[in-house]
Amino acid sequence: MSKHHMTQKERMPYVCLLPFVLLFLTFGLFPILYSLFVSFQSLHGPRDNPEFVGFSNYIFLLTEDAYFWKTIGTTFLFLFLGFLLPNLCAIPLALMLHHESVKLKGYFRTVYFLPYMTNTISLALIAQFFFTYNYGLINYFVSLAGYDKIEWMADATNNPIYISIIVAFRQLGFYTILYFVGLQSIPKVLYEAADLDGATTAQKYFNLTLPQMAPIIFFAVTLSVINGMQLFDEPYMLTGGAGGFKQSAFTLAYYTVWLMNKAQRLGRGSAVSWLVSVIIIVLTYINWNVTNALEGKNRGSDLGPVRRQKSLQ
Amino acid sequence: MGLKRKTTPVNLSMSIFRYMVLGFFSLLFLFPFYYVFVLASNDIKTIYNTPPPFLIGPNMTNNFIIMLQTIPVLRYFFNSLMIAVLAVSTKIFFCTLTGFVLAKYNFKGRKLIFAVILFTLTTPRFLNIIPLFQMMVWFKWVNTYLPLFIPSMADGLGIFLMTQLIRKTAPDELLDAARSDGYSEYQIALRLGFPLAKSGIALLGTIAFAASWNDFMYALVMLPGHDLQTIPLALAKINWTSEKNIPVLMLFNGLSIVPVVLVFIIFSKQIISNMLAGSIKG
Repeated sequence: MSKHHMTQKERMPYVCLLPFVLLFLTFGLFPILYSLFVSFQSLHGPRDNPEFVGFSNYIFLLTEDAYFWKTIGTTFLFLFLGFLLPNLCAIPLALMLHHESVKLKGYFRTVYFLPYMTNTISLALIAQFFFTYNYGLINYFVSLAGYDKIEWMADATNNPIYISIIVAFRQLGFYTILYFVGLQSIPKVLYEAADLDGATTAQKYFNLTLPQMAPIIFFAVTLSVINGMQLFDEPYMLTGGAGGFKQSAFTLAYYTVWLMNKAQRLGRGSAVSWLVSVIIIVLTYINWNVTNALEGKNRGSDLGPVRRQKSLQ
Repeated sequence: MGLKRKTTPVNLSMSIFRYMVLGFFSLLFLFPFYYVFVLASNDIKTIYNTPPPFLIGPNMTNNFIIMLQTIPVLRYFFNSLMIAVLAVSTKIFFCTLTGFVLAKYNFKGRKLIFAVILFTLTTPRFLNIIPLFQMMVWFKWVNTYLPLFIPSMADGLGIFLMTQLIRKTAPDELLDAARSDGYSEYQIALRLGFPLAKSGIALLGTIAFAASWNDFMYALVMLPGHDLQTIPLALAKINWTSEKNIPVLMLFNGLSIVPVVLVFIIFSKQIISNMLAGSIKG
């Protein structure tokens, strides 16, 4: 009866959103703020009392820490070999798969996506066996070809390389299908219009396919950076949690978990997480600008009619 | 002229080249799934032979018996499945309900909540690992199923997807018609909102299942004990022991892959489009 009473329709959104808000505050917002807080504390283990130490966690990491810079280097190596390189190789593969003369598209699509649908740990476990020194398939073929067997694991250079190959194996098919689906969604009308304008194959690739694919390339590279900077599963699983031979497999996420679980340095671990987050945000920003430049470059080029056609759709 | 060009030898050899490259990679991608059963069907000595075995061996049954005796396989399957069911069902319930409200109701604070959800999409996932572990220690939730589904229930990506989808699939006229039929707002959400969001639920379910089934980092940190280990965690921990029996471990590994692969092959088209749509947060 009172005008101050809310109707059910007005009340309902708040009732339904209450659990979300509580969950978000507890498990979404609080951890981020707490992580920032802890990165300025000295905290040995989850039951220890935090002690304020200012920027010393960050300063220690950047100037004295034995592993931090090496870990950054290894993470970028994994990002490049395990994510960006397969991303690049996926473009020609997707173009081949997209070609009108290729049949069995459904088969290829399923098989290429299969490694991505498989548990990371399961796949790494099988792949690990291919790289063992004495009885792995790869060294068998290497010695068959007349070369010395390669030490993949107990070698500080080869260790991250062989892990990257295993990571890349899972990513290559995924990006191929991502690009393939993107290519399939470009309207055929655009190519017909370009043909009418007398565009060559190369012109169509650079002036039509590439700009049309730019948003998907941006998405794929962003995804690579986000996932690559946070790589954890394969390096951890393949080296058993202690960093591998001479700590050559430490990624930033791996190092964070090691600092938390093994070294019991939660403050320093949180500082690592924050530094990584800043790197990810900066890289995404750079990528965003590069993609915009890619897309904008072709504006006002000889594809005027095609652009107009597109806006009609 | 244009038609003739398509049948030149150059085009034919290009076509063969395409099939060779694509075929090579498809065999490469299939090989591990074959080889895991080669290892699983040989005995512990023949896998160390030179040349290594290339064919399915005769020892599968024997390895299977050893596996059942030495590894609590069913327990690990149960753990993984339980966590996946809890994670998928709670996430679907919360994200659909929240998405429905955000898509179909105008209320004060709506924009703020949407901004908050977009903000959570931009924060890296592992920024949370240390504080979440500490919170789980405070709550005494370590070594329970709880940390593996409760913190991810109100998932920003899931809510975002559901909001966008329900905006399109639930027409206001239909909801108003239900109101004039005497349905309460809660009945409308449950009886109309959920069925109208069917395709989004399939999408979110696929992503949430894959994320939960594949999760390694959170399981590793939150389940240090023995009883609640998931399949990936058990595989890794057995692999780290020095006296492991590789054919038996590979059999366990192979069997854990089979159900997901079968489901994937049957629904591959649907699953691929769902996974690509949801890959924003990896």
